[in-house]
Amino acid sequence: MHLSESVNTGFLFLAPWLVFAPVVGLLINSIFGHKFSERMIGTVASLASGAAFVVSLLLAWSVSGSPEEALRWRLAEWIHIGNLNLDWTFRVDSLSTTMMLVVSGVGTLIHIYAIGYMHEDVRFKLDVGRFQRFFIFLNLFIAAMMILVSGDSYLMLFVGWEGVGLCSFLLIGFWYEMDTLARPSWANSNAAKKAFITNRVGDFGFLIAGFIMFYAFGSFQFDEVFAKVHEVPESVIIAITLFMLVGVAGKSAQLPLYVWLPDAMAGPTPVSALIHAATMVTAGVYLVTRSAPLYSSVHEAQEIVALVGALTALFAATIAVGQYDIKKVLAYSTISQLGFMVAAVGMGAYVAGMFHLITHAFFKALLFLSAGSVILGLERGHHHVAHAHHDKKHAKGKHALSKVEGKKEERGHGDSRAERSHSDSAGAAHGVEAFDPGDMRNMGGLRKTMPVTFWLYMIGTLALAGIFPFAGFWSKDEILLDASHHSQLVYWLLTVAAFFTAFYMGRQIWMVFFGEARHEASAHAEESKPIITVPLMVLAGLSLLGGALNLPFEGFHNLGHWLGHTLGEVESMPLNLQVAGISTVLALLAIFFSWLIYGRNPLKTGQVDPLKKPLGFLFTGMENKWFVDEIYQFIILTPYTKISYFLADVIDWKFWHDFVHETVIAGTYNWISNIALNDYADQKGIDAFANGLGVWTQNFSATLRKVQNGFVRSYALSVLLGVVFILGYLILK
Amino acid sequence: MIPINYYIVLSAILFTIGVTGVLIRRNALIIFMSIELMLNASNLAIVAFSSAIKSFSGQIFVFFVIAVAAAEVAVGLALIVEIFKSKRSIDVDQLSSLKG
Repeated sequence: MHLSESVNTGFLFLAPWLVFAPVVGLLINSIFGHKFSERMIGTVASLASGAAFVVSLLLAWSVSGSPEEALRWRLAEWIHIGNLNLDWTFRVDSLSTTMMLVVSGVGTLIHIYAIGYMHEDVRFKLDVGRFQRFFIFLNLFIAAMMILVSGDSYLMLFVGWEGVGLCSFLLIGFWYEMDTLARPSWANSNAAKKAFITNRVGDFGFLIAGFIMFYAFGSFQFDEVFAKVHEVPESVIIAITLFMLVGVAGKSAQLPLYVWLPDAMAGPTPVSALIHAATMVTAGVYLVTRSAPLYSSVHEAQEIVALVGALTALFAATIAVGQYDIKKVLAYSTISQLGFMVAAVGMGAYVAGMFHLITHAFFKALLFLSAGSVILGLERGHHHVAHAHHDKKHAKGKHALSKVEGKKEERGHGDSRAERSHSDSAGAAHGVEAFDPGDMRNMGGLRKTMPVTFWLYMIGTLALAGIFPFAGFWSKDEILLDASHHSQLVYWLLTVAAFFTAFYMGRQIWMVFFGEARHEASAHAEESKPIITVPLMVLAGLSLLGGALNLPFEGFHNLGHWLGHTLGEVESMPLNLQVAGISTVLALLAIFFSWLIYGRNPLKTGQVDPLKKPLGFLFTGMENKWFVDEIYQFIILTPYTKISYFLADVIDWKFWHDFVHETVIAGTYNWISNIALNDYADQKGIDAFANGLGVWTQNFSATLRKVQNGFVRSYALSVLLGVVFILGYLILK
Repeated sequence: MIPINYYIVLSAILFTIGVTGVLIRRNALIIFMSIELMLNASNLAIVAFSSAIKSFSGQIFVFFVIAVAAAEVAVGLALIVEIFKSKRSIDVDQLSSLKG
């Protein structure tokens, strides 16, 4: 374990601070946060995350000295049972430091952004106290994610894996008592539960994989497992890798377990950016990459992984075309892009997958945060309009006060929440009509009112669409190139998905930023403050230049070489003009089509989507997510509910409770106690004995009583006889 | 010297007379006298043995017995007087209120 003696380990001793820095941050905020100002809370949280980033940088520098070897820092003894020895060990190698940098780097930017975003969000939703809680959760997430990427064994990775799942649940349900439009409802908490439960299905697969692994390898530690890959039968490794794929499908939102991710958009936008786009959902990709020696040894499993990824990429991309919610489009886009990554790592193109993971973290975080800026802009516009409207009747300050109080009063009646959730008029009664600031049909023309956000969004879009020279172009192209060598099916699935990607992003740009405002809120939208836009600019810069990490030219495969130290020899292919050409032409074509449909004739207020007519039921399918939720409802949930009711009513209540417990057990018990024990054993046995003893005693004493005749002389005679008897005995004995 | 058996026999006869008196007579005073007779029968035996073994302890013992008997007589006669006052009789067969 302690190889630190021989090798110069640099800053390795700082490794625990990857986890402890955010933990310290969240402790400070949870203990003292209620006294802090919002700026202070945000600063503490961002510094904690930033500290993790600095540690990641120092660790990366340390590992760059001798990148062939993984550095380990054993922090604590965890589980020692039999021959299972598990320690909390930090593994620092080129792969894990890459993930650490992405997580803490993007995470810190999002922390800073969230200071501005949550400042407004908690005010629009009228609960300022939750600002503190948000940053505690965010820091907890960074800590859990760091445990995940720095773990030295599958079990440590699993701890982080569950930790980020918990944070995801907490943050999706952050506004748990309302829906995405801030109406009283359990919609958000249901989304949180859906995410958690769907992830449980995936975790089941991961756990089974872990059990098999321990059975076959007798260890969870990465190096020990990988060293024995060739001693274990191939079928066992196939089982492990495929069960692991179930876990990957759950966490990284792949078919068929992706359904939770679109609903996860119920969380605040920084959460969507950090957890459900940039970092947590890539944990599955990281897991496959980390298990490269396992997956590389079984081609059947690899093919399945690649196919799952490619199908997901195309499937989710088609759904994204039919969505109206700005964040839902990005959510399906995330699923699609995760499909690209999973397909890449499935084909053994680990570097391409990781490369796309990094660039995707940049531009998808950028897109989500810009979408958050757009949503806030619309919220501001909406409130501006609402206030202007009311100011005609009331003095502004008085109105604002009474409105807040009215809302507070409404909150006070927490008991009637469920009741309120059924009446959408509850919000309207207080002057807040059900306005959806995330609906693209309410937008339009934001290019003029929010110019900074517009340009940032454009950069993110071009990067996602894979337009030269943005980061997405290089990473997506590398995946496509690998796919063209491995499997034509996967290649074409991904290429078509890339076409759709460019199309739905084009559609989004035209609908959101061009044309005329379709709602007075978007007409009055206001640009965000620098605390929101500056982190976006950094991300935009990364989205622009991120491709430089791994340019497909001789001497520029930096990421490839870097990761190659951990993943072994990785082939790095030169740029293939045919593949790059096809994807670029398709992307441009898709953007052109989107302009034809959405850009040339901008959508009017209340107009149906122009694609609906020509595509007919196909568009209906896209609009309704191919009815997957309904199918799940029909195939799984409804029968599940029915089985549950059957089990509850018939098996549990009628059979188990009424028959077994009531009739058999309680009946028998009653019979035994009443008839056998009470009537026979107790009454006729014990009682009869006790009563008989009493009766006999009475009778006997009645007999004896006759001796007590009250005549002194007869007593004296008795004494005499007694004396005579005793003396007679003594004398004659 | 009179042999000790004589004393023993006399003592036994006196004691038996006493016992018989206690058992057959109803008059409380007679019974009381019979008890005294039994007491003195035993005193006689003790004194006889004391003289036979040449020891004074028996005679001292009897001395005490006579003293205690005198006290007992005082108590007993007082009881009989009280009984007579309440029952107007000293017939012991009348005194059967403790009958079981």
